[in-house]
Amino acid sequence: MARFLMVRTGLIVVTLFVVSLAIFAVTEILPGDAAVMSLRQGATEENLKARRAELGLDRSPVVRYAEWMGGVVRGDLGESLIRKTPITEVIGGRIGNSLILAVFTFAVSVPSAILAGIWAGVKRDSWGDHTMSVGSLVAISLPEFVTGILLMVIFSTTLHWLPSSSFIFPGTNPLTSPSILVLPVLTLTGVLFAYVMRMTRANVIEVMETHYVRTAILKGLPMRRVLLRHVVPNAMLPTISIIAMNLGWMLGGLIIVENVFSYPGLGRLLLESIDSRDVPLLQALSLLIAVTYAVSNLAADLCYGVLNPRIRLA
Amino acid sequence: MASSATTSQQGSRFGQAIVNGVAASGRMLRNELALALRTTAGKIGLPLVIFHLILATVGPLLAPYSATDFQRDEDNRVLQLQSPNTTYWLGTDNAGRDVLSRVMSGASSIIAVSVAGAGLGIFLGTVVGMSSGYKGGRTDEIVMRVMDGLMSFPSLLLALLVLSTLGANHENIIATIGVVFMPRVARVLRSVTLSLKTLEFVQSARLRGEPALYIIFREILPNAIPVLAVEASVRLSYAILLASSLGFLGLGVQPPSPDWGLMISESRNFLVDAPWIGLAPAAGVASLVVGVNLLTDGLRQARGLPVGGDHD
Repeated sequence: MARFLMVRTGLIVVTLFVVSLAIFAVTEILPGDAAVMSLRQGATEENLKARRAELGLDRSPVVRYAEWMGGVVRGDLGESLIRKTPITEVIGGRIGNSLILAVFTFAVSVPSAILAGIWAGVKRDSWGDHTMSVGSLVAISLPEFVTGILLMVIFSTTLHWLPSSSFIFPGTNPLTSPSILVLPVLTLTGVLFAYVMRMTRANVIEVMETHYVRTAILKGLPMRRVLLRHVVPNAMLPTISIIAMNLGWMLGGLIIVENVFSYPGLGRLLLESIDSRDVPLLQALSLLIAVTYAVSNLAADLCYGVLNPRIRLA
Repeated sequence: MASSATTSQQGSRFGQAIVNGVAASGRMLRNELALALRTTAGKIGLPLVIFHLILATVGPLLAPYSATDFQRDEDNRVLQLQSPNTTYWLGTDNAGRDVLSRVMSGASSIIAVSVAGAGLGIFLGTVVGMSSGYKGGRTDEIVMRVMDGLMSFPSLLLALLVLSTLGANHENIIATIGVVFMPRVARVLRSVTLSLKTLEFVQSARLRGEPALYIIFREILPNAIPVLAVEASVRLSYAILLASSLGFLGLGVQPPSPDWGLMISESRNFLVDAPWIGLAPAAGVASLVVGVNLLTDGLRQARGLPVGGDHD
């Protein structure tokens, strides 16, 4: 196990190095460099040159990459071009909002989806199972922005129960006006619930068909006990890694949902940094998202490795 | 003389084998679709997908009005935000364009991009996965680590970075989707190849001294079709989701060409007075992806594979 852990962690470090190189290279070739962007129109050649020197853009990319990475390791992400404030502050003001959204979504959808999945798997081919299967298929088929718009039409413009945009004053906490959280959380929940429910159901069905479960039923164990002792623990195995994998999916979902509802989180900030060509901010955000993604994948691998020793050999 | 005749004979025999292999794969694919059509999911999904494919091909021709022209009344006033009526079945948008025509024309662009992008990903992934799995050993190890590296980037973030840098046009979107999907497909096809290559018919072809390409095309590819068909269907649905999400975020097809994602994004300001502007393309993308996912489930059920589905 220790070896498995070391190999995986080592791979992550290598991967992140490559990813950081890729992010740097891609943002490097953005048309118009940071100097042009920060001075906008009316910049003379002289001004540009001075600004480039000021921003350190006249040095070689290798030096700048090394400097960027050095800063990242020390926890210094540089300064936002547009906001003129340290990026750590800009991100710090938003990251909590995204976390709140993610935590609420997981708390709402995962437990209910697991229960629903077990129920649907045990009552396979029942009326309720079919309804849930169709419902979850539709839910995973809808892109997040379509679900978001539908919920907006129903709950805010028609019924007027909830606000359609998640505007809050900068610096205030979304928890102070929880009504703005409902629609974004509901949108993300739709997809997450459907995925976890479908996976759990498939696993439960698979386990229900094994010989040991049949034996347990035939030897007269009460169904409750069969489920709690034999079915659920075995069916949970893949579900746990699915949940960890969904942390990664959540990042993409957040980017879209925050933009649907103009929710002031990191996903919205990412699009803002693309629109305003705020290169340092874009680099920092991309790296942050990539790191989170890599770590959640590692967590998925580790969960699986702990629960299923066979996988460690691979 | 004699030796050159043998070489050309071998060459043509080899070419024949590849043609046969591709033909056999085609028959397998038809077979998979026929099997899927026996399931309820397939019975609904396949016609729905075919309907969308037809809409994508002839939609722009059938559309009652132009997708980009402003509709005007007799007094030459632009007909903005008309509710659905007998002339404009799905109403008009904020610029006075016919929503039905825009939805119908928009189908071709999203479907063309998604089919081409998913196709590219499937092609690259199959080539990489099969050859890596067949070769095995060190090469396989290295190739798969590279694939893992490519997958360590969330697909939406990668697409956003690349498209905001290189510019969002059809070719770039297709190439991005292809590259994003390649490692995911490769992983699946590699594991199929690994399990197929231990079977007797592959072993005996090896013992006969058949070249690797012959075995891959004639023996492995046709037998990988059941898995490949499911994977292609899964990839298509993710390609549609990715392409439409990019459109929504403003990195899809550039206006004024109709794009479902962008139409939905722009409709947000008019949801109170004119919800149909957003609901019409939303229904389009929803029914398309539902159709593809039903087809995926049908293909899975036909082969007794678990209907679960995993994230991208």
